[in-house]
Amino acid sequence: MGRLKLITRGIIQENPTFVLVLGMCPTLGTTTSAINGMGMGLATTFVLILSNMVISLIAGLIPAKVRIPSYIVVIATLVTILQLLMQVFVPSLYETLGLFIPLIVVNCIVLGRAEAFANKNGVLDSACDGIGSGLGFTLALTSLGLVREILGSGSAFGWKFIEGDGILAFVLAPGAFIALGYLMVLYNKFVKSKIQ
Amino acid sequence: MEYIILIISAVFVNNVVLSQFLGICPFLGVSNKVSTAIGMSGAVAFVMAIATLVTYLLQQLLIALHIEFMQTLVFILVIAALVQMVEIVLKKISPALYQALGIFLPLITTNCCVLGVAIMVVTKEFTFGDQVQMLNLAQSVVYATACAVGFGLAMVIFAGIREQLELSEVPKAFRGVPIALVTAGILAMAFMGFSGLV
Repeated sequence: MGRLKLITRGIIQENPTFVLVLGMCPTLGTTTSAINGMGMGLATTFVLILSNMVISLIAGLIPAKVRIPSYIVVIATLVTILQLLMQVFVPSLYETLGLFIPLIVVNCIVLGRAEAFANKNGVLDSACDGIGSGLGFTLALTSLGLVREILGSGSAFGWKFIEGDGILAFVLAPGAFIALGYLMVLYNKFVKSKIQ
Repeated sequence: MEYIILIISAVFVNNVVLSQFLGICPFLGVSNKVSTAIGMSGAVAFVMAIATLVTYLLQQLLIALHIEFMQTLVFILVIAALVQMVEIVLKKISPALYQALGIFLPLITTNCCVLGVAIMVVTKEFTFGDQVQMLNLAQSVVYATACAVGFGLAMVIFAGIREQLELSEVPKAFRGVPIALVTAGILAMAFMGFSGLV
């Protein structure tokens, strides 16, 4: 399989959010605006690419029985590096995303890609797979964030085009579930039916 | 009084699943039947109370040694080891409980509400009336247990709704996860009614 195909597969056919339904907690919890969603997506992408590369390099050295704990240690280390970097370079985003940054450790997408792809493939292929899944996740989070921001506060990427308040429920918890449900319906209706 | 506020806040007002978005994977994944939902909630409550107790004490050690940045790594390892240990101990002491919780235990390591609550109790400040303070050990364990009860409540209600949903005609594009998400949204809206209670 070509490297480009590895990337597009993660974005469309095997989109982590819309198709695999993995990593729902950050998807719902951080997408109060498009920028927040995108920030969370990119933070996860960073961990995904690096964890895929590291795990593909060390997979041969780890006995099969202790592989899952070892992967978790690798991922947790990368997340700690990410936390320190974010505290320095984007402190405000780090504050907003809060709890969900350390929770990347238990994001099923990262461990899922390590187990399903990275431990059987080369470093470059694994990196491409990480980029694909990461971008697919970022795309899903950004679009969900955008929908919630438009409906909830009448703005897009921080640019306010409707005066006054929006439908508050879309910024709060219920809107997250409902908006994601309807985005999945749109995906099923227009994208999934095309690729099958 | 503080304990009552903590419990009501954790179970209803700031429900872990429906308002803090922690533990959505098991919420959507193993909520097809009420009986499995109860089993999963029981296992989560058990692990969450013990995990919070241990991680709270470890956090004090991390602070004493000035290595707070190791928090994420230490906590997840402790939780993973703890889940294994609970499994082994339970198998010896109470085979019946092990039978009931058995299949759910390994899943809990990657359940983000355990790690989430463990981190939350040591970092977040709570308001009691007009005082703002960090939780002490006893309050942390009570809060974690109450969070688990909230998780269980949401799971059981949702499983009940989903059992009914199985029998109804759902449009093709909505089948499976989308309709579950929309239902969860409406349930979350009901829980929003509790806000302002504490």
